[in-house]
Amino acid sequence: MRIQLSATKVHNDFIRKVEDMSGQDLLKCYQCGECSAGCPAAFAMDILPNQVIRLLQLGEHEAVLKSKTIWLCAACQQCYTRCPKGVDLSRIMEAVRDLLMLEHGDRIVIEKLPAETLAEFPQQAFISGFRKYTA
Amino acid sequence: MRIPYYPGCTLSTKAKGFDQAARQSFAALGIELAELKTWNCCGATFPLSRDNLLDLAGPVRNLVSAAAEGDKLAVACSTCFNVLKRSNLVMRNEEDKREKINFFIEADYAGSVQVLHLLEILRDEVGWDNLAKAVKKNLADLSVAPYYGCMFLRPPKEMGFDDHENPQILENFIRALGAQVADYPHRAECCGNYIAAFDLETTREMSYLILASARKAGADLIVTSCPLCQFNLDRWQQDLAMKHGGFRPIPVLYDTQLLGIALGLDTTTFDLDKHYVDPRPVLAEKGLI
Amino acid sequence: MAEHETPITRVLIIGAGIAGIQAALDIANSGYEVVLVEKEPSIGGRMLQLSETFPTLDCAQCILTPRTVEAGHHERIRLMTFSEVTDITGDIGHFTVTVQRKPASVNWDVCTGCGLCQEKCPTKVASPFDRAMGKRKAIYTLSPQAVPNKPVIDREACTWFTRGKCRLCEKVCPVHAIDYEQQATTTQVEVGAVIIATGYTLYSLQNLGEYGYGKIPDVVDGLAFERLLSASGPTAGKVRRPSDGKEPKQVVFIQCAGSRAPETAMPYCSKICCMYTAKHAMLYKHRVHDGTAYVFYIDVRAAGKRYEEFYHRATEEDRVIYVRGKVARVFRDGDQVVVWGADTLSGASVEVAADMVVLAPAMVPHPETQRLAEMLGIPANEYGFLLPLDDNILPVETTRPGVFLAGAVTSPKDIPETVAQASAAAAKVLSLFAQWSGVPQAMETPVGAEAS
Ligand SMILES: Cc1cc2nc3c(=O)[nH]c(=O)nc-3n(C[C@H](O)[C@H](O)[C@H](O)COP(=O)(O)OP(=O)(O)OC[C@H]3O[C@@H](n4cnc5c(N)ncnc54)[C@H](O)[C@@H]3O)c2cc1C
Ligand code: SF4
Ligand code: SF4
Ligand code: SF4
Ligand code: SF4
Ligand code: SF4
Ligand code: SF4
Repeated sequence: MRIQLSATKVHNDFIRKVEDMSGQDLLKCYQCGECSAGCPAAFAMDILPNQVIRLLQLGEHEAVLKSKTIWLCAACQQCYTRCPKGVDLSRIMEAVRDLLMLEHGDRIVIEKLPAETLAEFPQQAFISGFRKYTA
Repeated sequence: MRIPYYPGCTLSTKAKGFDQAARQSFAALGIELAELKTWNCCGATFPLSRDNLLDLAGPVRNLVSAAAEGDKLAVACSTCFNVLKRSNLVMRNEEDKREKINFFIEADYAGSVQVLHLLEILRDEVGWDNLAKAVKKNLADLSVAPYYGCMFLRPPKEMGFDDHENPQILENFIRALGAQVADYPHRAECCGNYIAAFDLETTREMSYLILASARKAGADLIVTSCPLCQFNLDRWQQDLAMKHGGFRPIPVLYDTQLLGIALGLDTTTFDLDKHYVDPRPVLAEKGLI
Repeated sequence: MAEHETPITRVLIIGAGIAGIQAALDIANSGYEVVLVEKEPSIGGRMLQLSETFPTLDCAQCILTPRTVEAGHHERIRLMTFSEVTDITGDIGHFTVTVQRKPASVNWDVCTGCGLCQEKCPTKVASPFDRAMGKRKAIYTLSPQAVPNKPVIDREACTWFTRGKCRLCEKVCPVHAIDYEQQATTTQVEVGAVIIATGYTLYSLQNLGEYGYGKIPDVVDGLAFERLLSASGPTAGKVRRPSDGKEPKQVVFIQCAGSRAPETAMPYCSKICCMYTAKHAMLYKHRVHDGTAYVFYIDVRAAGKRYEEFYHRATEEDRVIYVRGKVARVFRDGDQVVVWGADTLSGASVEVAADMVVLAPAMVPHPETQRLAEMLGIPANEYGFLLPLDDNILPVETTRPGVFLAGAVTSPKDIPETVAQASAAAAKVLSLFAQWSGVPQAMETPVGAEAS
């Protein structure tokens, strides 16, 4: 794998949008990895939470957009709570999701969920799922 | 004492037993949980994008209604509690957003209401000692695993009413009821939250971590105060038992259900039969119902 | 104090760690008097607690003891241990210092240091010197090689003071040195200059709830591990975990516990912990050959002389496994201590079910140092480290003429750096004293004049 770094890449618009929407400074993260160490969903993720930030820092947002990780983040705030630098990664995840869905449409179609699931889930799960997986 | 009360959408539908147990238990303790005259869904998730002000308008509308009825707002569900409390802080501390939201919803609200979780009311208004005195049943033989989940404690800078790494409020509640606290490590790990709607397998495994460790610590049941945690922890235990040999399903109750039981209330409206893992056998075995 | 009076060529040194001792010896050996004030019953500071020192793995006590002994016997060093400075007035050349000595409950003038009282005392308490890994008696010295080697009674532990029972030490002492009635005493000394060398303590790990320190017995800090590694420690140098005394077969070391964390703890790097963690992992492997050591780190900072080589030795010779990521959580599972970390290099979160966890806490200044600083009008930074006049070129001077700084009191430091700084502070004091004693200021004979 080879990443070609360039000024246009590391300063690209997508990254600026992520910073603006999330209110987070991506370069504040010093890649300690504590977010990934405590993330309850990390075991199922294809890239680690800290790598989401790392790739954004390098302008490699395409790799982030392709990842499962942003959809598996449960917004549990564990990472933000413990981050030694106070980076709110859950806000960054949300900004990436929102930007992606603005362009490519919703991630899930509520009507297409299995009827059985629909009947059983508490309201809360739909409403928050709707908020996270649709634009 | 009368405290304005926000039940929220899940407690009005899928988790009626949680709501009923809350109202009746608090009534037995001399506190009327007075449902807000008008309320709407809180949104079930605090918006994390910076300019998502419309998503804040919903929860704030509830706070405005509450302000018309008193200076406190009691909340049972920890997710609603999280959303309402954080939205309230936005109104209190962020002038810009306050102005815009007030403009959207035609209100003039600046965060005056105190958003309180029912457990906080038990701790601060009733007091653990008084609660202990009101207990009618003997729970000494029951081992209870407290489950906090995420929304109750995080982010600590905003929620901050208990130590986020070493919370005690549920433990103290369980002790006040006279039951044993099952000490297990994963009481504040996430159950999977809404990702159940996206990837069920991941949610199940996240819940399993919690369930298995509570079982290992000798718990007879788990208590929580979030309907989504309750669902995630409760729903998949049969599947988990098949997948992870040796795992024995464990009932997951709402804190208010256990409270009502301890206070000796009639449990018919508590919907104990609606849980996936039936709590009644263990409660009956311990002579509690 | 009248201005024309000759300035006093005697120095007060506060804190008798390696910094204070080094400065005291340098100044005393140059012919001037030193008053060395130490709050503990004996001198040596943190170094006395260490097992071996990086990067040479010298036995810490072996290199320290000759110095403590020399300081203890030096005719121009007046040791005032178990004492604290309560007041300083005056200015450069003429400081008046009030020193308060806590009651030792032992008459040190007659005590021979025979140790019989300690041997017989029936009351045991957790030893702070051993980081609660071991016990000491209610009447105690910090270590068998203590200088001075005279005991004090811990009045909070001694049953005579707490319950009016015992007085055994009084009975056994062959020279009747025990004095339960002893009071605090106050002494005034006149000095011309002051060196503050009060060193450091460790960050309160209880604040980092996710690491379970204080709740899980097998989670210990670096100094506790030094005590376990020390031949003079509570386990005589054998690595045994506190909960059940078993030899831990898997040990996790966690670096940066409370350092480099502006949002959650201290923002700065504590500078020495990468090195002592490598040392710990290495010494653990030397003692437990079939054990496995893991070090969770963010960066390995090994910028001193032969430090990088030392780190390589830990990985290559001693097979220590370095895992790059900060640990998020430590919890107990049965009799194991489970660690949740990450390895950002392989892109995976990591779990280790260990037998023991050793944290490398941030170095912070002693809280009491703040009081000294206020008394002397010396500024401290926001964490309480004392500020030199200029970090670049006046590293031991302060805003107050005649007052100097040495050692870890200004920032985290290892021993070599501490000693160098102590000698620097001594040189500054000596140059003042030389001027005051009328040492010629101009060159008398031009250098090289004769050869031409
Ligand atoms: C776990 C660990 C391992 C280490 N291993 C190594 C190593 O292998 N090699 C290495 O080079 N360094 C090592 N160090 C660092 C070493 O401990 C320090 O560099 C050194 O101790 C600093 O010396 P000091 O004299 O400045 O401070 P200290 O050793 O802290 O001495 C200060 C003295 O001042 C006294 N004091 C404090 N306040 C007052 C007061 N108000 N009044 C009177 N007296 C007071 C204290 O009691 C103490 O005796 C290690 C540190 C730790 C924590
Ligand atoms: S914990 Fe914070 S600083 Fe560390 S890698 Fe994660 S986001 Fe970056
Ligand atoms: S908020 Fe998302 S990334 Fe952060 S710990 Fe929770 S699940 Fe992981
Ligand atoms: S009097 Fe106190 S110090 Fe002396 S032997 Fe008894 S307990 Fe120990
Ligand atoms: S027994 Fe007496 S002389 Fe011996 S160490 Fe104790 S106090 Fe000193
Ligand atoms: S010296 Fe190493 S372990 Fe210590 S704070 Fe700095 S980077 Fe962390
Ligand atoms: S070589 Fe220089 S940059 Fe590299 S670790 Fe050493 S001091 Fe730091």
